[in-house]
Parts: sequence; C-alpha cells; structure tokens
Amino acid sequence: MVRQPDSGTRSDTGPRRRKASRAWYLLLLAPFVGVLWVPFFNSIEPSWAGIPFFYWYQFLWVLISSAITLIVYFATKDDPAGGE
Amino acid sequence: MAHLNWVALAIFVLLFGFVTWLGFIAARWRKGDLDLLHEWGLAGGRFGTVVTWFLLGGDLYTAYTFIAVPALVFGAGAIGFFALPYTIVVYPIVFVVFPRLYSVCKHNGYITAADFVRGRYDSSGLALAIAVTGVVATMPYIALQLVGLQVVIGAMGLPTGGFMGDLPLIIAFVILAAFTYTSGLRAPASIAIVKDVLIYLTIIIAVIVIPTQLGGYAKMFSAIPESKLLLAPPTGASFGAYSAYATLAFGSALALFLYPHSMTGVLSSSSRTVIKRNAAFLPAYSFLLGLIALLGYMAIAAGVDKLPEFAAGFKQYGTSFTVPALFLHAFPSWFVGIAFAAIGIGALVPAAIMSIATANLFTRNVYKEYFRPDCTPKQEATMAKVVSLVVKVGALAFVIFLPLQYAIQLQLLGGVWMSQTLPAVLISLYTRWLHRTALLIGWIAGIVSGTWMVSTLGFKGSVYPLSLDGLTVPGYAALYALAINLIVSVVLTWVFNGLGVGRGRDATESHHYHV
Repeated sequence: MVRQPDSGTRSDTGPRRRKASRAWYLLLLAPFVGVLWVPFFNSIEPSWAGIPFFYWYQFLWVLISSAITLIVYFATKDDPAGGE
Repeated sequence: MAHLNWVALAIFVLLFGFVTWLGFIAARWRKGDLDLLHEWGLAGGRFGTVVTWFLLGGDLYTAYTFIAVPALVFGAGAIGFFALPYTIVVYPIVFVVFPRLYSVCKHNGYITAADFVRGRYDSSGLALAIAVTGVVATMPYIALQLVGLQVVIGAMGLPTGGFMGDLPLIIAFVILAAFTYTSGLRAPASIAIVKDVLIYLTIIIAVIVIPTQLGGYAKMFSAIPESKLLLAPPTGASFGAYSAYATLAFGSALALFLYPHSMTGVLSSSSRTVIKRNAAFLPAYSFLLGLIALLGYMAIAAGVDKLPEFAAGFKQYGTSFTVPALFLHAFPSWFVGIAFAAIGIGALVPAAIMSIATANLFTRNVYKEYFRPDCTPKQEATMAKVVSLVVKVGALAFVIFLPLQYAIQLQLLGGVWMSQTLPAVLISLYTRWLHRTALLIGWIAGIVSGTWMVSTLGFKGSVYPLSLDGLTVPGYAALYALAINLIVSVVLTWVFNGLGVGRGRDATESHHYHV
C-alpha cells in the first residue's frame, strides 16, 4: 500500500492553526471601538434617507458586529481548546 | 380611561388565553421529570439554537424594555438610545466568555452562578453574596414587568383604581404562577416563541406604517429639536453626555448576562455551540430594540402627549404611556389588541424566567447550602417551585401596594449591584489568582460605593459625575463601583496571599471549561 503524504501532518498544522484561530478573536473588539467612541458619530450629517448619522451608524453596527461574530464563529470552529 | 376598547381587549384576552394553554401543555414538551430541579429550572438543558434564540430574546427584551426605552427617548432624547450600543457590545462578551461558564457548569452540575463560585473558591460566604445579589437585583425587575402589563391594561380602558383595577393584574399573575409551577422553564420558552413572533410583527408594521402616516422618516426626524436628537457635546469642564452614554452602554453590557435570568437562559442550552450561534443571531433583537427606541421619536412627531384623549393616561403613567398612546393613535383597535398582547405576554415570559432563576438561586445556594444539605432531588425541586411562587407574590404585592417609583429605583440599584458579581463570576473563569476573601470584601466595597453614588443622585439616576481634579466625568455608577471593587480585590489578594490566608480547594479543573 502506497502511503500518500498528507497536505500537512497533524503536528505541523496543529499549533499553527491554533495561533491563527486566536487572532480572529481580536476582530470582536471592533464593535467596542465602533459604538463606544461617541464623539465620532454624534452628528446629524452625513444623513441617509433623512435619518441622522447618529442613528443609522449604530443600526449598521448591529449588522456588522453580528457578521463579525459569525465570521469568528466559523473561523474558530475547529479550535479545540485554545483561546476559548 | 374614558372608554373601554372592546375590540382590543377581546383580541388581547384571546391571545392571552392561547399562551396560557401553551404554558400548561409545555410540561409535556421534550419530556422530563419535573420533580428534578435540573428539569424544572433548566428544562434539562435541552434547548437547541432556535428555541434558545426565542427564549433569550423573550428573556432579555422584556415588556419593561418596550415601555421604558421609548419613554426615555421620548423624554430625554438621544441618551435613551444607549440601549442600542449596549446590546451591540454585549454579544462579543457572550461569545467569548459564556461558553466557558456553560462548560464548567455542565461538567459539575452547577445550575447557578453561585454554584460555580462555591465550587471554584470553596467559599460558601462568597457564594452566598453572589446568590443574594442575584435575588435582590431580580425582584424589582419582576415587579417592573407587571408594571408594563399594568400600563397596557389601563390603556385598553379597563378601570385602574381600587380592587377592580388590580384584578386583571392578579388574574395574569395567577395564570403565570400556575403554569410556571407545573411546567418550569419549558413554559416561558414555549410562550416566548409566540411573544417574539408578535413583537417582530408589531414593530415591523409600526416602523413602516407610523412614519408613513407622519410623512416619512425625514419629516419625523426633522420634528425633533436638535437638543434632543443628539447628545449634548462636552463643554470644557465636563465630558458630559459622551462619557455617560459610553459608560451606560458598556457597564450595562457587562452586567446583563450576570443576571440570574440570563444565566438560566444560557444554562438551559444543549451545547456551547448553541450559545456561540446565538451570540451571532440574538443581535436581531438589538436591531428591533433600536426600532422600538425610535417609537419615542415617532410619538413626539405625532404629538401624542398633546392629544386630549391621552391626557389622563400620561397623567397616570407618565412617559411610560408613550408607546400605548402612539399605538392607540396610529392603529385600528384590532391591531392595538395584538400589539398590547405582545407587550403583555412580553411581561409574562421574563417574569416567569426571573422567578425561576431566583428560585434556583435560593434553593441551591441558601436552602440546600445552609438548611437542608441532604434534601432529596424532589424536595429540592418542590422548594424551588414554592419559592418561585413566593417571589411572584412578593412582586405583585410590591406593584399593588407601593408607588411605582420604588420599583424603578430598586431596579436602578439592582443594575449597580449585579455588576459587582463580575470579578467573582467572570474573571474566575480565566484565573483563580484572586483570593476568595479579597473578592468578598471587594464585592462589599462595590456595593457600598455604588449605592452611595446612586444615593447622591437622589436615587433618580445612575450617572454619577465623577470629579477628577477639576474635570467632571459623568459615568455609570455601576462601572465606577466595579473599578473600586476590582482595585480592592486585587490589592487584598496580594495581602492575603502574602499572609498565607487559606485559599480553599478548587473543585474545577482546567479542562472543565472547554468541554
């Protein structure tokens, strides 16, 4: 039986993959910066469809942070123990 | 109220009847032995992603939320919108931190946060502090749900004074108490599905129909004075509304999942994956909450507070009457019935879960810990059922006999107190370095300082103007108290570790946090 080499042995991709996984969690800091830095968005302009910036910006961050959480969820799905 | 809104009332009663039936048959859903506390109080931990989404949604976004957030926006403007950033930043925290809590609790059979603290630190005193905080902070919250129910009942034209006025509330309470007793957590979980569907329906229609009536979103926003529409920018001497807004959002986010009812919702999930997925999907409710907040502005633009037919309502309920008035003004009676049922049912779900969570805490961490360590599982479950009843009776009595102000003030303090359990509950998930006695003293420091800060505000608000060398930083008192709590905990940990004061035995192991 001919043994085919793996695309990478387990011990090879293991720690490297775990390290890459951990970095994904940093993405989760984005919502904090986005909606807690108040001076940035406390204005009416640029308004959209008559809605002041202050409001549509925060609504947008609901969608962005939800998307970020999903991305991090899929990216760290195989992360066995590290980083959780 | 001038006249009785028959159509709205009929629909309201119909929907209420439906969820009552649902609450009772829920006992048979995903069947389990309801004489076990784990089954009654956590539904056996069987809830998958979708059910958990409905349950937590119904749990966290309560009738009080739907009444109070628009009321705040209506009265104070942009600052009321902090509910949105608050419910945005809470979910990354849930995603990262709560799977760990879930795993360690499942592995060790813990059903409350105090159980975890007890196991981690081998300190029944610290666990008791956590349990008592949870119980005391949740009680006014239950009362406020009943208040939310009271407002919509009054808005339908039912008499509000005397015994006749309290009767609908008592009836609703009896129904709530009965199905909670029989079905435990399965009852609010099943009803939450109905409630959330109704709420989404109501709000989506409201935010399309009402602005259309007002002539469009642009027109609606232009009717709001700029002083309300935006936060007041900082002056030279004070960070003003900016720091208040950010700290209210951040501080509230830290505390939300520490509340017993959030903990119960999380621990009833079937796996840590369910929690992570919900961290991504629950923000749908945050979007909804933002839309609900905008109802406050729609009410201003529609001028409902100036309409004579609502004068009595505003007089009786203050700004809490904002949403009922707006709906009565904008919608036909049958839709008002649906909307009010959504809010009313939206009171039942969290009230049920909060009373179950409180019962879990008392039964495990007071009754079993101090009074009957060798009670049988059936005795434990029965005790919890009785306690949940007592808690609800207490909340009802509070609402009927005491002025509304008290419940609101206690709820304000409750938020400050709940935050003080963060070091013992959340930091402990990552390290056991903090000393148990230091944590207890830190908790006391946080409670005392937080309560003092709120008292200086006359118990009317929770934004404390911290004075730093001439500069004023208004911030959420809970966050300042938490800072004091952490400093005390860290400093005393150094001291106690140095002195070799006993640290007790850790019942958990590192792999428990990942299972």
